[in-house]
Amino acid sequence: MGERRIGDVVLALEHVSLAFGGVKALTDISFDVREHEVRAIIGPNGAGKSSMLNVINGVYRPQQGTITFRGEPRRGMDPHAAAAMGIARTFQNIALFRGMTVLDNVMTGRNLKIRTSFLEHAIWWGRARREELDNRRKVEEVIDFLEIQHIRKTPVGRLPYGLQKRVELARALAAEPELLLLDEPMAGMNVEEKQDMCRFVLDVNEQYGTTIVLIEHDMGVVMDISDRVVVLDYGRKIGDGTPGDVRGNQAVIDAYLGVAH
Amino acid sequence: MLYREAGQFKTTYAADQQIFPIRQDRIAVLALVFVAFAVVPWVANQYWLSAILIPVLIFSLAALGLNILTGYAGQLSLGTAAFMAVGAFAAYNLDLRVHGLPLPLVLVLAGVFAAAVGAVFGLPSLRIKGFYLAVATLAAQFFIVWALVKFPWFSNDSSSGVITTQKMRLFGKVLDTPAQKYLFTLTVVALLALAAKNMMRSPTGRAFMAVRDMDVAAAVIGIPLMRTKLLAFAISSFYCGVAGALYAYAYLGTVEPEGFTLDLSFRILFMVIIGGMGSILGSFLGAAFIVLVPIGLNVSTQWLNGVLQSGLQWSLPGSLTSNLELMVFGGLIIFFLIVEPHGLARLWQVGKEKLRLWPFPH
Amino acid sequence: MSFFFEVLVAGLLSGVMYALVALGFVLIFKASGVFNFAQGAMVFFAAATYAGLQQEHHLAAWIALPLALAAMVVLGLAIERVVLRPLVNQPQITLFMATIGLAFFIEGMSQMFWGSTPRGLSVGVEDQPFQWLSDRYNVNVSQFDVFAAVISGILVVLLALFFQRTRIGRALRAVADDHQAALSVGIPLQYIWAIVWAVAGFVALVAGLLWGARNGVGFSLTFTALKALPVLILGGFESIPGAIVGGLIIGASEKIAEVYLGPHVGGGIEGWFAYVIALAFLLVRPEGLFGERHIDRV
Repeated sequence: MGERRIGDVVLALEHVSLAFGGVKALTDISFDVREHEVRAIIGPNGAGKSSMLNVINGVYRPQQGTITFRGEPRRGMDPHAAAAMGIARTFQNIALFRGMTVLDNVMTGRNLKIRTSFLEHAIWWGRARREELDNRRKVEEVIDFLEIQHIRKTPVGRLPYGLQKRVELARALAAEPELLLLDEPMAGMNVEEKQDMCRFVLDVNEQYGTTIVLIEHDMGVVMDISDRVVVLDYGRKIGDGTPGDVRGNQAVIDAYLGVAH
Repeated sequence: MLYREAGQFKTTYAADQQIFPIRQDRIAVLALVFVAFAVVPWVANQYWLSAILIPVLIFSLAALGLNILTGYAGQLSLGTAAFMAVGAFAAYNLDLRVHGLPLPLVLVLAGVFAAAVGAVFGLPSLRIKGFYLAVATLAAQFFIVWALVKFPWFSNDSSSGVITTQKMRLFGKVLDTPAQKYLFTLTVVALLALAAKNMMRSPTGRAFMAVRDMDVAAAVIGIPLMRTKLLAFAISSFYCGVAGALYAYAYLGTVEPEGFTLDLSFRILFMVIIGGMGSILGSFLGAAFIVLVPIGLNVSTQWLNGVLQSGLQWSLPGSLTSNLELMVFGGLIIFFLIVEPHGLARLWQVGKEKLRLWPFPH
Repeated sequence: MSFFFEVLVAGLLSGVMYALVALGFVLIFKASGVFNFAQGAMVFFAAATYAGLQQEHHLAAWIALPLALAAMVVLGLAIERVVLRPLVNQPQITLFMATIGLAFFIEGMSQMFWGSTPRGLSVGVEDQPFQWLSDRYNVNVSQFDVFAAVISGILVVLLALFFQRTRIGRALRAVADDHQAALSVGIPLQYIWAIVWAVAGFVALVAGLLWGARNGVGFSLTFTALKALPVLILGGFESIPGAIVGGLIIGASEKIAEVYLGPHVGGGIEGWFAYVIALAFLLVRPEGLFGERHIDRV
């Protein structure tokens, strides 16, 4: 174990509500994320978990509420600002660039670190070339870390599902994020792949001190790796606390097992 | 056995990121460049230079421009010919109104003009996608051609906008033989193709492809969609603009706005589809193909006509070739989209893969 | 004032003609998600076939018409079978490019069959103003334009009934909503698509006869597609009422601009003005007047 110490609140959502037309996706949600912690969001299908991540990194803009990241309150994020502030994420239905190789996909994660212009790229000498090689070195570190060296030059479309998920994580890590949002990183994986992914998530958290918010369905995984858990049901928060607290929460048990209303 | 990369190990990332990582490819490309520059101008006759090689090079450049926009950045444009027209008329006016402007600078500035116009017509891409955008680019096609005809200033008050280009002067020397024009065109096209390759393998190109493959994900990793799309329009139009200027100066000599039709835009799109979307090499293959097919058709129908006339006293209708050309182009587009959407460039790659394994296919 | 009225009516009536071509696009787009750029070429082929049968083979209208219709149906079926079926599940933009190729092919084929020289075509109504309107109100309204508008109106009503009332129409709407779901409840997708293409061929024939009667049957008929595109942008690709309203708006504003704005900029603006209106509109409402707004899910 490295010296991973949970710090102050880095991200706080207050009274966030989001609706599409008449359909309410999120209703009056508040919760926070502390520095260096692994924070899980759980809940049945359609509970609004992905919408929550989409609000945090600005894909959706909530109708009500504020989002405070690193002490800066906002009405809503926009994806570019979120990325620039150090928020990276993966998607539930893998959102890789299918026409590109693994290496190119991961290299796109370095996008915000690029300082050279397209004119320098056209000439490809001096600064642009040096920058590319520096980025390549950084990217190769991530590739080593996630053990995907052997598929570097493979177009991502040809990879099996589990590896694609890993490449997506690599792309997010290449940005050296402070806050990493993972949307069901282990969905559709077999036990072995899940174990690998758990290890990667914990390693990222420990070695780089990255704060992690993740959505996961596998309760075993959630209880094992997360510091605190938020539970959503029908767009409302019904539980929040340590894995132990949440496990004993009656509302949570009802939501998962179903209860006669 | 000759074409193998076995034994060529990359020890640095720089070596791994070369344009042609395989040594045999590098040798082949150098040989090709050598032949194009040092052998062809002496060997090829006037017809080959003026009617085939120069237009192939110019159309390759235009196709390259469209490929950057459509193949790499995923934004379909049907206004390519109009951006070429902007380049041609900008070059003409620069040459006419700014005395002593050297030819390379005329070309660059013409490209810059086209880039600016292209970026303006690319603005709708911020709100709309796919064929909605394609339809929007038709506005560019019709509006630009209309403006060039309607405002006589653009053509120095000639009737219906026809311009006859000035002589091409390079370092005080007039380029007037086909070989000289060919060499000049080849130089410009080679340099711009290299620059395009560099951009497309760099962060610029990756940002384009990211926007093409999945724009939401691109935005989430911090690629600014607006800037990236407009940059794609600008760079693409720069290439089309330079191609348009060369089209007027090195190929036709006399052009009119009405010559830059929607039909020309389509033909350049066909070059990209048949050559290979998202491939620099494909742009060249596609251009060569689209220029050569009508010539081939013409030759074969003439031959057939000769046979029929002497044998059966019967001749084919005169319009047969042009109608056949339409059908062949249309049919080929459909064929390629169904069978090989990555075009000739992919076929070439597959061929190389086979060669790599030859003569032991397993 | 009566002059303005005259311009407006002429614009609206030609708008109906645009809507007629746009209708062919909407039909196919609704059912299969294909933006069929070859619709203009189909209009040309239809008109050339009819005029060719009449004038080359001296057939009476009542024989030539069903033959031309048969040709259009066969063409529609062939397109579905040969071009679109192999491209199922490809990105929309690929399908669009395929139909550009298709347009070239059909244009070449039409001219191969029927020659490249333009022909005249008559449907029995002349492009003359109604005498009594001119006499009494001093307003010129073309008989032909009104005739065309009536025919188009009937066609729209027929199509609407076809969509709303028949079994095939309902299946069609189901397919438009969701291919997979339609397939899973046992709707024969390819059969439906074949029908849609055949109907689109019929619409192209009607458009071809009207446009051909007005402007002559020649290659320029293919440009009717270019007239219909701004209409589609305005009305949305998926809406029949959208095509009608879009057509009327484009037709009217284009004519008015041509008459009142044209002279100040040297004329000839009808080539692009419709696009500018459509674009301006698009920036405000990207899904068109009647189109549906889609939410990107991630």
